[in-house]
Amino acid sequence: MSKTVLLVEDEPNIIEAISFLLERDGWTVRIHSQGDDAVDAVLRVAPDVLVLDVMLPGRSGFDILRDLRSNAATKGLPILMLTARGQTKDRELAESYGVSHFMTKPFSNDEMLGKVRDLYTASADKP
Amino acid sequence: MVSFNILITVAVIYTMLLFGVAFYADQRAQRGPSRWLRSPWTYTLSLSVYCTAWTFYGAVGNAARSGLEYLTIYLGPTLVFLAWWWLLRKLVRIGKAERITSIADMISSRYGKSPTIAVIVTVLAIAGTTPYIALQLQSVTLSVAVFTEFPTGNGGGSDLNATAFWLSAGLALFTIFFGTRNLDANERHHGVVTAIALEAIVKLVALLAVGIFVVWGVSGGVNETLRAIDASPVADWQPSPSRWTSMIFLSAAAVICLPRMFQVLVVENADERHLRTAVWAFPTYILAMSLFVLPIAVVGLAVMPEGSNPDLFVLTLPLELGQEGLALLAFLGGFSSATSMVIVASIALATMVSNHIVVPIWLNTRPAGASMSGDMRQVVLLSRRLSIIAVLGLGYVYYRTTGGSAALSAIGLVSFAGVAQVVPALIGGLFWRGATRKGAIAGLLVGFGLWIYTLFMPAIGAFPSSMLLHGLFGADMLRPQALMGFTDMDPLVHSILWSISLNTLAFIIVSLVSFPTPMERLQGAAFVNVFERGDGAVSPIGGQAETEDLLVMSQRLLGAREAQTLFQREATRQGKAGYLPDPTPDFITLLERELAGSVGGATAHAMIAQINGQTSITVRDLLAVADESAQMLEYSSQLEAQSRELEQTARKLREANTKLTALSVQKDAFLSQVSHELRTPMTSIRSFSEFLMEGGMDEQAQARSAGIIHEESIRLTRLLDDLLDLSVLENGQVVLNVQTARLSDLLDRAVSSAGVGSSKPDGLEVIRTAEDEGVLLKTDTDRLTQVFINLISNAQKYCVTDTPRLRIVVTRSQDSVDIDFIDNGLGISPKDATVVFEKFVRLTDQASAGSAGLGLAISREIMLRLGGSLDYVPGQGGAAFRVQLPLVWVERVG
Repeated sequence: MSKTVLLVEDEPNIIEAISFLLERDGWTVRIHSQGDDAVDAVLRVAPDVLVLDVMLPGRSGFDILRDLRSNAATKGLPILMLTARGQTKDRELAESYGVSHFMTKPFSNDEMLGKVRDLYTASADKP
Repeated sequence: MVSFNILITVAVIYTMLLFGVAFYADQRAQRGPSRWLRSPWTYTLSLSVYCTAWTFYGAVGNAARSGLEYLTIYLGPTLVFLAWWWLLRKLVRIGKAERITSIADMISSRYGKSPTIAVIVTVLAIAGTTPYIALQLQSVTLSVAVFTEFPTGNGGGSDLNATAFWLSAGLALFTIFFGTRNLDANERHHGVVTAIALEAIVKLVALLAVGIFVVWGVSGGVNETLRAIDASPVADWQPSPSRWTSMIFLSAAAVICLPRMFQVLVVENADERHLRTAVWAFPTYILAMSLFVLPIAVVGLAVMPEGSNPDLFVLTLPLELGQEGLALLAFLGGFSSATSMVIVASIALATMVSNHIVVPIWLNTRPAGASMSGDMRQVVLLSRRLSIIAVLGLGYVYYRTTGGSAALSAIGLVSFAGVAQVVPALIGGLFWRGATRKGAIAGLLVGFGLWIYTLFMPAIGAFPSSMLLHGLFGADMLRPQALMGFTDMDPLVHSILWSISLNTLAFIIVSLVSFPTPMERLQGAAFVNVFERGDGAVSPIGGQAETEDLLVMSQRLLGAREAQTLFQREATRQGKAGYLPDPTPDFITLLERELAGSVGGATAHAMIAQINGQTSITVRDLLAVADESAQMLEYSSQLEAQSRELEQTARKLREANTKLTALSVQKDAFLSQVSHELRTPMTSIRSFSEFLMEGGMDEQAQARSAGIIHEESIRLTRLLDDLLDLSVLENGQVVLNVQTARLSDLLDRAVSSAGVGSSKPDGLEVIRTAEDEGVLLKTDTDRLTQVFINLISNAQKYCVTDTPRLRIVVTRSQDSVDIDFIDNGLGISPKDATVVFEKFVRLTDQASAGSAGLGLAISREIMLRLGGSLDYVPGQGGAAFRVQLPLVWVERVG
């Protein structure tokens, strides 16, 4: 069974870029492009790693993060958050909610891929 | 021959006419100010009450006896009106400011509202006026007698007495009816004044008619008349300088001080500016009245039988020459002169008697609590009416007892000399702040006494001849008409000299040695400096209407506005208009409570008790308390104002701070959004360019990547363009490139630029109405087109239906042209309609819409710059935006 990444993102070109990057590395990439029912999507897909955008139509990435962390099923899920706003207080907020890693757009492909791999390895090492 | 009955009928009809005129004028005045009631001419004509029967009949008699001396009676007033008009102005101004009701009120007000002075002046006025009223009654009965006795020379004396009685009764009725209809604060009587003005015209016309008849009808022209005057014994008369001076002084004093003159001149004055007309018109009137006096006298002496009474020439001359109609007119002239004097004099006297004698006595004799419940107004009105009856009754009794023997003009001069005694106190009080109450009382008493002793008593024949010859107690020095041995003097000159000079001397000396009370100082300053204070000056306490006094006091304590509001509210509650409610116990309690707020309960109670006549503290104390309290209020309100100012500044600071904070939040949000909009395309660009740099992609993927990079670069550029555009528009730095273009052309351009065409079968269909699109616009056409493009492409992007349609509807109205863009999509909810024009707002989920959400914000800014507007129009079925452009920018086609 291959490793699965759930990408919650609304920008089509960014979805295309990340999908291309991860699929080339052997990941199964599932897409969810709005904030509303993102938590359901996570529970349904049960990905190994979640890549979550902050500014989403319907619901903010921060709210989704908080819900996931308070849910037993997703408490330990590795979550990589992406934001285009690039403000320190966003980062602090995300960390206080228990984000695994916080990344500002634009990112380099290597950095993104490396982070997803690291998060997966770190979670897989845990019992 | 005019019979007694016809004469009486004419007189009664004329009187009824006067009643009618007075009644109409009163009714008219109640309905609001009318032009002629407030006319300076009515005022001037009412001043003619100066010319009584004494001047109407008596001047001719005077001329027949003493030549030109009669002129002095006209010269005095002329002098005052032409040279001393500023004195009149001062009197009128004070009269209004202090709500003066009579000459007695005027003088007593000046000297600290002294009741003593008011009583002295009132008594003086009664003494001086009663014979004068009798004189008028006599003149009317004499004139009636002329008709009934002529030419036989005998008639029933009892008939004449009855005439005098019924005349007095009729005048009393008229005066009560029109003089005491209401208790106006300003004591003005429109009906009476109008009737008097009418009578003024009648007497002038009558005298002029007789004069014209005499000069042109009897003498045969001006030259013949002048020759006759030269030839007559009248021309031989030698003027006596001392008598001339005295008489001019007397008549000048009389025109101000006679109670009836003061009444029409000051009390009945409606507008100070009327004086401007009166100062020349009144002298002209009395000049016209004196014009034919000498010719009538001279012709009368020549034509009438030896021994005829020259006082009646005005009547007897036309009768002798068979001109009965003219004689009847002359009779009406004399009747007018007499009645107008009696009416005004009795109003003036009744006001004084009532205000200064009857009401004070009534107030002192009633129980202390009565002031609360009694209807003061009814008491005052009743007192006025009784006073009128008393004044006229006194005149009638005087007429009956003296028998009307004295020459007419003699009594007139005696009266003048009597009222002239108030001149030192009045004039001194107006110009000399050092004048005191004691000085005024001393002067008045000395002058009054000397006048009685040296002129009045001898004139009415009250002294035995032994006393006139040998003096009081046989002392030569005390001979009434030769005091201190001043023999061989004209009795009038003698009396004037002694009474006026000793009066003045006493007034000055006593004023200098006595000390004015604070109240006197206050009033003295108010009178002397009347022109230096504002029009809103209020009079100190002491009038006849309690509520008004309460209001005056409350204004000092509570401030004018608060007090007026309080009184007005109470008046409204009682169902009355204006600011003067009845002083009911409830209201007094309420007022006491209100006043207690500023002066404390005990003081408030004492002050109100004071006004209600329970003298526990003096008026002086009251004023002092009120003024101090007013100063404290002033100080505290200054403090309040300062603290209010501080509070305002603090609030402004808080507001500025809130605004700055909000701005800072807005700026953060904006930067954050700009960051997001810039970083999003950058992310795609960076990612795909890295893939390309790595190499190893197939050709199709390479092309795809390059395409995305290109697309996102364009998106970035557009975003930067929009941001710059918005910044320029918001800062107002935009330069408009105004051109003229047809609206339809601009819309064509916009539709094609937005990429809407028939080429795509499922694309947006644009429906346009050609009718009003022909309008020629003069505006920045590029900018306007930009707005159109934005709206059309918005519809293209967000109108999601199977058959998307956009209707562009142009409506031209009076002052603007509306261009509506209405699509058939889902529309925008009311909540979103308010934010749709904000920056970076996109309502749909499609980031791919390809814009940063600045389009509508920019469009709205553009429309503002073009002087128009861009708004969302709800309820049109789909999304509807209205572009509005004012007519200033619009020109019609041909």
